[in-house]
Amino acid sequence: MKSAMEQKMIPAREPPVNSRGVLGWMREHLFATPFQSLITLTIAYGLYLILPPFWQWAVMDATWTGENRSACNVEGACWAFVTARLDQFIYGFYPESETWRVNLFFAQLALVLGWLMIPAIPGKKLALGLGLLVLPVTSWLVLSGGFFGLPVVETHQWGGLMVTLVLALYGMLASLPIGVLLALGRRSSMPVIRTFCTAYIELWRGVPLITVLFMASVMLPLFVPEEIVFDKLVRAMIGIVMFQSAYMAEVVRGGLQAIPRGQAEACQSLGMGYWQSMLLVVLPQAVRLVIPGIVNTFIALFKDTSLVLVIGLFDLLSIVQAGLNDPEWLGSAVEGYLFAGFVFWLFCFGMSKYSQRLEKN
Amino acid sequence: MIRRLKKWVAPALMLAAAGAQAETSSTTLETVLSKGYLSCGVNTGLPGFATPDEKGQWSGMDVDVCRGVAAAVLGDASKVKYIPLTAKERFTALQSGEIDMLSRNTTWTLTRDASLGLNFAGVSYYDGQGFLVKKELGVTSAKQLDGAAVCIQSGTTTELNLADYFRTNGMKYQPVVFDTSDGTAKGFDSGRCDVLTSDQSQLYALRLRLSKPDQAVVLPEVISKEPLGPLVRQGDDQWFNIVKWSLFAMINAEELGLTSANIDKSKSSADPSVRRFLGIEGPKGKGMGLKDNWAYQVVKQVGNYGEIFERNIGESSPLKIERGLNAQWSQGGILYAPPFR
Repeated sequence: MKSAMEQKMIPAREPPVNSRGVLGWMREHLFATPFQSLITLTIAYGLYLILPPFWQWAVMDATWTGENRSACNVEGACWAFVTARLDQFIYGFYPESETWRVNLFFAQLALVLGWLMIPAIPGKKLALGLGLLVLPVTSWLVLSGGFFGLPVVETHQWGGLMVTLVLALYGMLASLPIGVLLALGRRSSMPVIRTFCTAYIELWRGVPLITVLFMASVMLPLFVPEEIVFDKLVRAMIGIVMFQSAYMAEVVRGGLQAIPRGQAEACQSLGMGYWQSMLLVVLPQAVRLVIPGIVNTFIALFKDTSLVLVIGLFDLLSIVQAGLNDPEWLGSAVEGYLFAGFVFWLFCFGMSKYSQRLEKN
Repeated sequence: MIRRLKKWVAPALMLAAAGAQAETSSTTLETVLSKGYLSCGVNTGLPGFATPDEKGQWSGMDVDVCRGVAAAVLGDASKVKYIPLTAKERFTALQSGEIDMLSRNTTWTLTRDASLGLNFAGVSYYDGQGFLVKKELGVTSAKQLDGAAVCIQSGTTTELNLADYFRTNGMKYQPVVFDTSDGTAKGFDSGRCDVLTSDQSQLYALRLRLSKPDQAVVLPEVISKEPLGPLVRQGDDQWFNIVKWSLFAMINAEELGLTSANIDKSKSSADPSVRRFLGIEGPKGKGMGLKDNWAYQVVKQVGNYGEIFERNIGESSPLKIERGLNAQWSQGGILYAPPFR
């Protein structure tokens, strides 16, 4: 006997053709209203105007290797400039026989960062300790040498991507703890410390980084006796750290203010001291809250390192620029700047992607 | 003022300056000899004057002046530490003792000579503002440029020189201003102006950036004086003489016909001026505290002025700058070095 009603579930049918698949997606996202369709078509036309010629120039007509500019196809991009100088863009003027040390530095960096970033690997605290305390020391030792028979490589021979990473790494590693201390200091109840921290933060935030770098490189040498030659890279690094730690302090302070007063008071009632309550209870929550802000500051710092070009240090951008002035390669400016921009974008995009993941967890 | 500041700030910073090199105060020559290398301030990148190649080796006119001094003082032209400097840093770096000499396309002017505590040790290149025009215009002299549109970089003295030149000649012009020198080249290339003006040494480099470099010519007129030369600190006359005469040695060598290729053979020359140059007889190197064969080392390792010019900015370089004012005085130029006596 057959019932009037179906005894089992009717299997789900696919949605109509015009609302699924590529077509459906396009209908929903690109052509939902006439106005939207108009915008879509305009943008598509714009892309049509820009992309094919760019593709033609950057890939189809491009020259990938060559000895000098005249080896390049006039119609296309001259990537030969980048490939011929790629080693220099990465290692700067580092002696060729010693570049393995730079590679070792990159490897250390990748190892610690990978350890910190990939959730599956245990021992994050150890990795953090390594990154904050050991990595800066070993990196500097490996890069500058002078022990175990490693020849000394002075910082004026450093350059390219390596200098960018060194400046960014030390800038980040130093500005975060200093920034946290300043943020705590600014919220302190002790007037001397509070005034000092507030004055410091407001002073450095009020000065453009470029003037800080100029002061460090142009004014500072006049005030020290001739016998003392401050390393230019170190001068720039100190300037960057001073500057960024002020910004970092304000970011961290934002997080501290979001933690209810009750948390610290609860710690006090449990008999915890100031540092215990800050380090174990308040700061971990506060820092987690401001991860986007911290990463934002890091990204800004990473890009700001290219300002050292105004004081004659060869970071990635300025070494590309120096290469552009080689009479053999005159006229390769577009290729050079595109390359430098692309490398900066890779790093910054990587950082922002990572911070997004961090927030989700 | 600075000296007094130093007194106060120095002790504090001395403690802070970890890894700083301590040197006792001494003459520049002693410092260079004890270091074993010359610290020379150069441009961070100027075509034909100072550029690093793919291997990080520096080359250019300014760089060769540094190498010449290193050859004279240390007997080895490769013992130079190049300190790339921006325009704003260059004088401080020399004043503060970070570098031993500055060879960075710096124009010799009264203000710089008189008020910076620095001395110009001579002229290594006579530059001056010139004009680049398209061949098809058929212009042969800057006097025919009345009413022209001129591409120019903003915020430079070239802007002022241009205005002066057109006013004194009773001509009109239409300025087309760009931020960078690359911009002026692009503007000229795309036909936004008829004329491009800049220092002559730059014009040749800018010409290379055009899509058809051979379709543009540099006019003969030079409307400003830009003598470029190396600088040293005031108050160390011995070092001043060394840098000055290293440059003179290059210029004299060209006049005497000595090149890096033939100078070994000329040791047996009977010509007294060649023998004095080589330090076989005559004043030798004592007066300057150098070895007797210092001038030989300069020419052997770096070359005479003509060779340096050819190699870096002349016909054998991509720039192809004509000698012009920078020819020997006997060849229609104004290069004139005092004799070795």
